[in-house]
Amino acid sequence: MSIASGQLRVILFGLVHVLKYTARKYPEFAARIKEHDVIAQMVAKDEELGRWYQFRGGKITSGFGIHPKPDVTIAFKNAKIAASLLTPPFNWLDQINAQKDFTMTVQGDDGLLNWFAQTIMLTQSIGWDMGIPQADGSMRYCNMANGGPLFVYVKDGKIIRTTSIDFDDSDPQPWTIEAKGVKLTPPRRTTLAPHGQNSKAMVYSPDRCLYPMKRVDFDPSGERNPQNRGKSGYVRISWEEALELVSSEIKRTKRTYGPGVMAVSHGSHHTWGNIGYYLSALYRFRNAVGHTAVHHNPDSWEGWYWGAAHHWGYSLRVGQSETYGTVEDCLQNSEMIVFWSADPETTSGSYGAQEGTVRRQWLKDPKLGIKVVHIDPFYNSSAQFLPGKWMAPRPTTSPAMAMAIAYVWIKEDLYDKDYVSTHTVGFDKWKAYLLGDEDGVPKTPEWQEAETGVPAKDVRALAREWASKRTYLAPGGWGNGHGGACRNQTGIQWARVMVCLIAMQGLGKPGVNMGNLQWGCPVDLNFYFPGYAEGGMSGDIEGTSLPVELYQRMPQLPTMNTSNQKIPRIFMPEAILEGKAEGYLWNGKSIEHQFAKVNYPAAGHAPVRMLYKYGGSMIATMNNTNRHVKMYQSENLEFVVNQSIWMEGEAKFADLILPACTNFERVDISEWAALGGYGHHGQQQVNNRVVIFQAPAIKPLGESKSDYWIFTEICKKLGLANYFNEGMNEIDWVKRQFEASDLPKHISWKKFIKKGYFVVPTEKEKLRAPVSFRWFWENRAKDVPEPLPLPSDYSGEYLKGLQTQSGKLEFECNSLIRAGDPERPPIVKYEPSWEGMHSGAMFEKFPLQLVTPHSKYSFHTQGDGKDSFLLNIDDHRVKVDNWYYWIIRLNPEDAAARGIRKHDLVKVYNDRGAVLCAALPTARLARGTVHGYESCAIYAPMGEPGKSIDRGGCLNLLTPHRTQTKSTHSLAGANSLVEVEVWDGRIEHMSEAFAKDSPPATPMVHARVAEFVAAK
Amino acid sequence: MSKWNMIIDVAECTNCHLCTLATSDEYVDNQFKGYAAPMPKHGHRWIDILQKERGQGTMIDIAYVPTMCNHCDDAPCIKAASNGAITKRPDGVVIIDPVKSKGQRQIVESCPYGHVWWNEDLQIPQHWNFDAHLLDNGWKQPRGGQVCPTGAMKAVKLDDSAMAAKAKAEGLERMKEELGTKPRVWYRNLAPFKTAFIGGSVSKSVAGLVECVEGAVVVLSKDGREIARQTTDNYGDFKFDGLSENSGAYGVEIAGGKRVDAELKDGSVSLGEIRI
Repeated sequence: MSIASGQLRVILFGLVHVLKYTARKYPEFAARIKEHDVIAQMVAKDEELGRWYQFRGGKITSGFGIHPKPDVTIAFKNAKIAASLLTPPFNWLDQINAQKDFTMTVQGDDGLLNWFAQTIMLTQSIGWDMGIPQADGSMRYCNMANGGPLFVYVKDGKIIRTTSIDFDDSDPQPWTIEAKGVKLTPPRRTTLAPHGQNSKAMVYSPDRCLYPMKRVDFDPSGERNPQNRGKSGYVRISWEEALELVSSEIKRTKRTYGPGVMAVSHGSHHTWGNIGYYLSALYRFRNAVGHTAVHHNPDSWEGWYWGAAHHWGYSLRVGQSETYGTVEDCLQNSEMIVFWSADPETTSGSYGAQEGTVRRQWLKDPKLGIKVVHIDPFYNSSAQFLPGKWMAPRPTTSPAMAMAIAYVWIKEDLYDKDYVSTHTVGFDKWKAYLLGDEDGVPKTPEWQEAETGVPAKDVRALAREWASKRTYLAPGGWGNGHGGACRNQTGIQWARVMVCLIAMQGLGKPGVNMGNLQWGCPVDLNFYFPGYAEGGMSGDIEGTSLPVELYQRMPQLPTMNTSNQKIPRIFMPEAILEGKAEGYLWNGKSIEHQFAKVNYPAAGHAPVRMLYKYGGSMIATMNNTNRHVKMYQSENLEFVVNQSIWMEGEAKFADLILPACTNFERVDISEWAALGGYGHHGQQQVNNRVVIFQAPAIKPLGESKSDYWIFTEICKKLGLANYFNEGMNEIDWVKRQFEASDLPKHISWKKFIKKGYFVVPTEKEKLRAPVSFRWFWENRAKDVPEPLPLPSDYSGEYLKGLQTQSGKLEFECNSLIRAGDPERPPIVKYEPSWEGMHSGAMFEKFPLQLVTPHSKYSFHTQGDGKDSFLLNIDDHRVKVDNWYYWIIRLNPEDAAARGIRKHDLVKVYNDRGAVLCAALPTARLARGTVHGYESCAIYAPMGEPGKSIDRGGCLNLLTPHRTQTKSTHSLAGANSLVEVEVWDGRIEHMSEAFAKDSPPATPMVHARVAEFVAAK
Repeated sequence: MSKWNMIIDVAECTNCHLCTLATSDEYVDNQFKGYAAPMPKHGHRWIDILQKERGQGTMIDIAYVPTMCNHCDDAPCIKAASNGAITKRPDGVVIIDPVKSKGQRQIVESCPYGHVWWNEDLQIPQHWNFDAHLLDNGWKQPRGGQVCPTGAMKAVKLDDSAMAAKAKAEGLERMKEELGTKPRVWYRNLAPFKTAFIGGSVSKSVAGLVECVEGAVVVLSKDGREIARQTTDNYGDFKFDGLSENSGAYGVEIAGGKRVDAELKDGSVSLGEIRI
């Protein structure tokens, strides 16, 4: 007997005692081993050495040797390999390699094997001690919402309280910036966005999906009645029935039609946590099963990706530039910030809670001498918070205003000519266009006034002040992109001209840069913790940024989708209804990737006949979404399953609903605002980097389950469970993520899961990341810590210059010369919106421009509706006649002209649909502009879905789905033409476009889950 | 004896509602014996953020004013309550006993601030009780103060003379001071909520183009007497703030001759462009 076989005998024998001991100590483990009667064995094949373990009626027996009839077997090539792989602490690279090299193989039922493997893993984790007991008998855990980190206080199995985190004495001190004699240090705590503080209401919402539910008139072996989706009620079914239904439909559709027959559609966000995130568990599942991906447009960055990137590169962050060091540089060196369609007090940087607000508050200190200007059709929250000059261009006309500023700079010699000559190319071409040499129209302040409504004198005054001061330009919520005007019809022009303006003033000079203090904090960015876009446990080395770093740090089985078919998301209804759709690629590798077409159907692929939907946000967040109602009711979709936490949005269009739990009911791990991948170093938004162990605060409500559990169980029916989860429980993946990060260098696992959070130590001042673009201005090699451009994307020496062909800022874009796209000329030109005051008859009929920016209180659909606390905020929804209506804001004179008073119910409509809202007259808008946030969670047609008035507040029913330009897959819907009138009480939408095929309306009010079930 | 006071800075409130959400988080479905019964999920606004929008055109501003139980030292609700249902604690906090107050609807009517709320299900009056159960457990701030990102809401524990001195030094005000209820909630930068402005933008034609006039002297007069003067900024803007609401006719004169009438009635006045 070899030494190894001796070791293996001891290990296998020891396992018996571990199993028995764990069952004696933990009742839940004892209950678990009653779940199956099974004989499992582990063997070393070369010496035919093994041990079997019999579970029968909750009793464990075991014996040495090879069992004649085991149910499942884990076989190692030899005893040495077995002993090595079974000895903790596990080396994950060895484990994965053994599977790839087939030195560790399994035989038997996939589900039983998975159960056996998870049972063994559970012996390690079951006793882990999480959370801190409190004096009042409650426990304090931690969690992470999209709106920030939370302490979660739990008593008697119930969440009693969630709060932001105040740091304790052992946590590190934050950084300090000294600017103009003022010392600036953020507080030792975390902040929250409103939707983060709404978490308890989200968890305990009466709209939670608590049980698997099947549509009452859906019969998989008979009438499926797709035309009734969105109208029928549901009947509660068992998990077993639900899992059988979804797995048999996967098999049936694949066998009937071919691979890729199932489309998988998820929202742009999920509940937070790196393992449970959609880019993690869902991606592993969908790759394992095979799918047609619903390929996302670069939402919220449209103009930056399709436009700005051609001027400066930066394909990495969807067209947004580097932002390092800009908080310090702005505070120390700038004298003015121009917020242009930028409302960070509303958008919180997506995940940055109110961290940027804390820093922007410093701007109120007159000693810093930093003025602010706000340019936005809406007097937004940032304008309210940071007093300064407000200019209100008509929606979509900002590019004209920007060009007039450039015109004044040229005419009055107010730009950095040296910089333009040494650091840019193509300026003369653009200059000629601005001066009118090309088209005979000088882009004067007077010219723009006719478009924008902003007085020419104000534009001249702004242009002069801007040029006289070291100025930060802050377009979009992140200060260099994201949200705002980049999402409307002229968004590409706007983002492009923003880059041109800052190029004229010398981007990278001290105090001259892009930003609004939202990004660019001097936190330690060398500390590694993966962001969500790094893919967690996805194994997805093609669709996430996993291969860059996390794959090496956290070895795992790779996953690849075998279907090459994609549906361009904006045209998903057309893909299903008409069987055809065309879009363009979002891929951050290079500028040119965006020119690649995405065609549906892909050659030789099956048409999509099954939809695996994750949540219910599309009707609220896409554009012209009555199209989606038609899509759901099409017989081309033979089966729709929705895995959803809440009964909201389009969840009620599914044939089968799988109830998922929230991140408060499952385990996970994550860092605050850590996006990774396309949001590389998103942690620059927060004042203190905080990593959270997301302990399960409570058990999943009802029969809801974690996404991971649901996927595991479906996979068991497909023989894929061990491939999907590698025999791990969720918490084992969480620990693997912990071990893959830099956390173990600072804190033990034991302490981390007990305390629940870790604050990354502050970096020494001299080790802070350098200021963005300073290297470029100073003609040095690029020195900011980001991985792109990739080496081959430099046209000169590596690290010298930008990603553009010339390596310089390009007023005339080489990539657009090559592309030859008539709608995106090489220099940016002003082309008025195709939906606006130049729209002729449409404008006469629908004379109001509706802007639909990102919402302030909810996070898209998250937090809205669901009977949550947000309903109490009158600026979010207001209760009229026992219904919480979405708010539509309009100028008091526009309101008066229509006889509309505060909180009147009004019909907001155009030919695409009609939405019932509560009116709020406000001077925050000029005449002709109305404002309502995008992305409510409730879709509540008052009659026939798709053909009647929605009183949920889905303003995106009204917005155009046409892309900004033909050759981009870009949302343009943040501006649309509508009319608003006092509601006449009718529930049908009587627009001509709909009237002709509108059947008699059957009144249907919004019903909660319980009512749906009762309806059967 | 140091006592609790709440200080609200109106200039720093962004209407983010974290204070109201945190209060819902604390009290909905929770009860704290001796302190508070559960708050209804909807309908009560123990913290209520009032707002005031001023002006027209592109010269506007908005003030957000969080209000709550004032924990008055001379609280009308205490007098209105029977059965000792409301007590004033030595630390200044007013507590409505959730048991003893049952059925006492008159307590709601007694509050001149409208900040006692009737719980229809439980038949009790309720208010924001300074989160006394948390303070008694060592919390440094009530929920609203703890979560407020800008420090617009901050509780301080000071003895009355120190608080009075602080209020004087920092110009803090209280709501409806004239009622004599002696509130313990103080406001900084409340002026935009209570006063009006008259503003405008001065321009002139120069070589065929309209330009903003920087440095123009603008004089505000009432009843023929000058009451203030300002110099326009680089956008030609001037803004006389802190005027009494509904205070009638004013004259605005731009040095050089142009005179415009303004009237304060139902809010502030943005005169828009004044071409000289």
